[in-house]
Amino acid sequence: MAGTDVPQTITLAKGLNQGLRAAMEADRKVLVMGEDVGRLGGVFRITDGLQKDFGEQRVFDTPLGESGIIGTAVGLAVRGYRPVCEIQFDGFVFPGFDQIVSQLAKLHYRSQGKLPMPVVVRIPHGGGIGAVEHHSESPESYFAHTPGLKVVACANPVDAYWMIQQAIACDDPVIFFEPKRRYWDKAPLDLAMPPLPLFRSRVLRTGTTATVVTYGPTVRTVLDAATVAEQDGHTLEVIDLRTLSPLDLVPVFDSVRRTGRLICVSEAPSEVSLTSEVAARVSQECFYSLAAPVLRVTGFDTPYPPAKCEEDYLPDLDRVLDAVDRVLAY
Amino acid sequence: MPSRNPPSSHSSPVPVAGPVGLPDSLVGTAMDIDGSHTPEQVIAGLRATSEGEDLVQLLTPEGQRVSHPQFELEISPAELQSLYRDMVLVRRADREAKALQRQGELGLWAPLLGQEAAQIGAGRAMTPQDMAFPSYREHGVAWCRGVDPTEIFGIFRGVDQGSWDPIGTGFQLYTIVIPNQCLHATGYAMGQRLDGKIGDAQNAEATICFFGDGATSQGDVHEGFVWAAVYDAPVVFFCQNNQWAISASLDRQTRVPLYQRARGYGFPGIRVDGNDVLATLAVTRWALRECRTGNGPILIEACTYRMDAHTTSDDPTRYQVAGELEEWKLKDPLERLRVHLVREGLAESEFFDGLAAEADELAVRLRNYCISMPAPGPERIFSKVYAEPTPTVDAERDDYLAYHASFTDVGGAS
Ligand SMILES: Cc1ncc(C[n+]2csc(CCOP(=O)(O)OP(=O)(O)O)c2C)c(N)n1
Ligand SMILES: [Mg+2]
Repeated sequence: MAGTDVPQTITLAKGLNQGLRAAMEADRKVLVMGEDVGRLGGVFRITDGLQKDFGEQRVFDTPLGESGIIGTAVGLAVRGYRPVCEIQFDGFVFPGFDQIVSQLAKLHYRSQGKLPMPVVVRIPHGGGIGAVEHHSESPESYFAHTPGLKVVACANPVDAYWMIQQAIACDDPVIFFEPKRRYWDKAPLDLAMPPLPLFRSRVLRTGTTATVVTYGPTVRTVLDAATVAEQDGHTLEVIDLRTLSPLDLVPVFDSVRRTGRLICVSEAPSEVSLTSEVAARVSQECFYSLAAPVLRVTGFDTPYPPAKCEEDYLPDLDRVLDAVDRVLAY
Repeated sequence: MPSRNPPSSHSSPVPVAGPVGLPDSLVGTAMDIDGSHTPEQVIAGLRATSEGEDLVQLLTPEGQRVSHPQFELEISPAELQSLYRDMVLVRRADREAKALQRQGELGLWAPLLGQEAAQIGAGRAMTPQDMAFPSYREHGVAWCRGVDPTEIFGIFRGVDQGSWDPIGTGFQLYTIVIPNQCLHATGYAMGQRLDGKIGDAQNAEATICFFGDGATSQGDVHEGFVWAAVYDAPVVFFCQNNQWAISASLDRQTRVPLYQRARGYGFPGIRVDGNDVLATLAVTRWALRECRTGNGPILIEACTYRMDAHTTSDDPTRYQVAGELEEWKLKDPLERLRVHLVREGLAESEFFDGLAAEADELAVRLRNYCISMPAPGPERIFSKVYAEPTPTVDAERDDYLAYHASFTDVGGAS
C-alpha cells in the first residue's frame, strides 16, 4: 500500500499526506475535495502536492460552502466515488452538518445497503493553537451521537498514516478527526509493522494505579502525565480510544477490572459527551471492580473561550495528575 | 417586475430603481451568458474591474474626477481630506497590527490592506441609526462606527471575542463563520421594518451587511437574499470582491459577475470600483437611502483587491498570480485620492504632514495599549455563558477557581 518514498521519521501532518497519497494510488475512485486543498495544499498542508500529482480532476478546490462539499460528496458516492472531504476547521463543519446527519449517515440504512456511503470527512479539531473563535472546538460527540456515522480520532503520526487509509477503504462514512495542535509531532514510521485495525482502541502504556482513557490531542498530555506520575510511584494505564464510534471498550473494561480506577480525559465539554459515555459503560460493566467513582478531566461546559484563557480551559498535565490524586483518595 | 431576459444593450437611459424594478444600467451584463465564451474569457470578465460601463467610478486610478450619470457626489475639500485621513489611519492601524502579530503580540491578523476605500466609503455612507453586520476584515468600517482599533486587536490578541457595544455603535460583533451574518442582517432589517423605521429618509434606518466574494457560495447568502427580497428588508448587501477567498480565485465561486446575481432575486445589483472611496460612498449612500425609503434590498459588489495575505498565517506565494499585485498597486485606493488632493490643490502640505504625525501617534498608542492589554483571568471562561446562570457552569467555575487558587497559594513568587 505504501509508496517507497515514505520517510523514516514523519510528522503527523506528513503521515496524513502520505496516507492520502497511498490511498489515491491504490484506488482511482478516491477524490480529495474541499476549500484550498488544491494548489495551496490545505491551510495545514495536509493535501500538499496531491493536486500536482493526481490532477485537478481528483484533487479539487470547491466553492466556499460546507453543505456543498458534503452534499456533492454524497452524490459522488452514489456515483461510485470515494470522496475525502476536508473541513478547514472544526467550527466550520456546521454548515455541512445537515448533509452529514440527515443524508450521509442515513442513506445506507434507508436504501437497505443499496447505497453505501464511503465518504471520509476530515476535520482538524481541538484547541491550543492560540486561534480566534471557531478554530479550536471539539465537536466529536455530535457525530458519535449520530447513528450511521463512524467516528475516529488519530493521535500520532503512525496512526495518522494508517488510519486515513483505512478510513478511505471503509464502506461507511467516517468522520476523521485530526489533532491540529499535534500536526507537527514526529515519530518513526516502520512500514514492516502491521497496523491495528481502524475500529480498535489501543493500550499505549500499562500500569496498575489507574486507567486513563483519552483520544486525539490529549493522548500526548496523558502520556506526559503518566511519565510524571511514575516519579511519584503511580503507574497509569493509558488507553487511546482511537475509535469514537463504534467504541471499542473491551480493553478499557479489562484494564479497569485490574486497576479499579478510571479517569476519562477529553478537551470537549463534559456534559452528554464521549467521556460520559465511557463512564456510563464502565460503571455498568465494571461495577464490582471499581474502587472509586469514574472521574473526568475535560473542557468546561462553556463555549470555547478567548485564546488567552485556553491554558485554563484545556485539560493539562496538572489537571490529569490532580485527578489521579483524587481517584486515589477513595 | 424585472424582465426575464437580460437586456442585450447597455445603452438604455438612466433609470430610477423601484422596489423590485431593475434599472437596466445596473443589470447589464459585462458578458452575456450565451455559452460562447471560453473559460479564459469568463475569468477575464470576472476580473475586469477598471473597464466596462457597469463599474461605477468617480475617481480614476490616476486621481481624475469623472462623472457618472446616476451617482453624483457633491463633496467639499474638507470632506475629501476627511476621507483620506480615515484611509491613512486605518491603513496605519492595519500595518501596526501586522507588525504586532509578527512580534507575537497578536495571535493572528486579517489585513485590510487594499480595501480601505471600500470600507471607508461604505462606513461613511452610514448614518448613526444604521446598523452594520461585518465579517472579520471590516476594520475600516469599525473605525467609521467609532469602534477603537484596540477593541479589534483584542479579538486577535485572544483576550476577548468582541468587546464593543454592538447596539450602541451600530456595529455588530465580527462573524467568522462565513457568512452567518447575512441572515442576521436580514433579520435585523426585518425588525427595522416591523418597528416602522422605514419611510421618511431623515429618521429612517437601514442595515448593511459585509461579506466577501468567497462567501457568496454559501447557502446563507442565498437565504439572506431570498428572505430580504420576500420581506422587502431594508438591507444593503455589501460584497467586497477582493478577488480571492484564501487561495481560491473568483472563478471557483461563480460564472457571472457577482452583482448580476441580484437580478435573479429581484433586486438591483451594482458594481462599484471598491478602490474609489468617492464612488463607494456615493453608491452606498444611495443604496442605504433606497432601503430607508422602502426600496430595499440592494446588492453592491465593490471590486477591490486583497493586497496582503489572507491572514498572517497565509502564504500567498503558493497561489498568487504573477504580476497581479503589481497591477493592483497602480489602482491603490489611497494614492489616487492623494494625487487628486495634490493636483487639484485641495490640501496643503501641512495637511499631509499633520496626518503623517497623527498616524505615527495612532500607531504608538495602539502598540502601547496592545502590549499592556491585561489577559483575562480564568473566571472569564465561565462568565455570561447564559443570561440565567446554570448549576453546571457555576459548579465548574467554583471548582476550577478553587483549584487554580491552590496553585497561587502554594506557588508564591516565581
Ligand atoms: C463556514 C466557514 N468555512 C470556512 C472558513 C475558513 N475561511 C476563512 S476566510 C475564508 C475565505 C473567505 O473568502 P471571502 O469570502 O472572499 O472573504 P475574504 O477573506 O477574501 O475577505 C475561508 C474559507 C470560515 N471562516 N467559515
Ligand atoms: Mg475575498
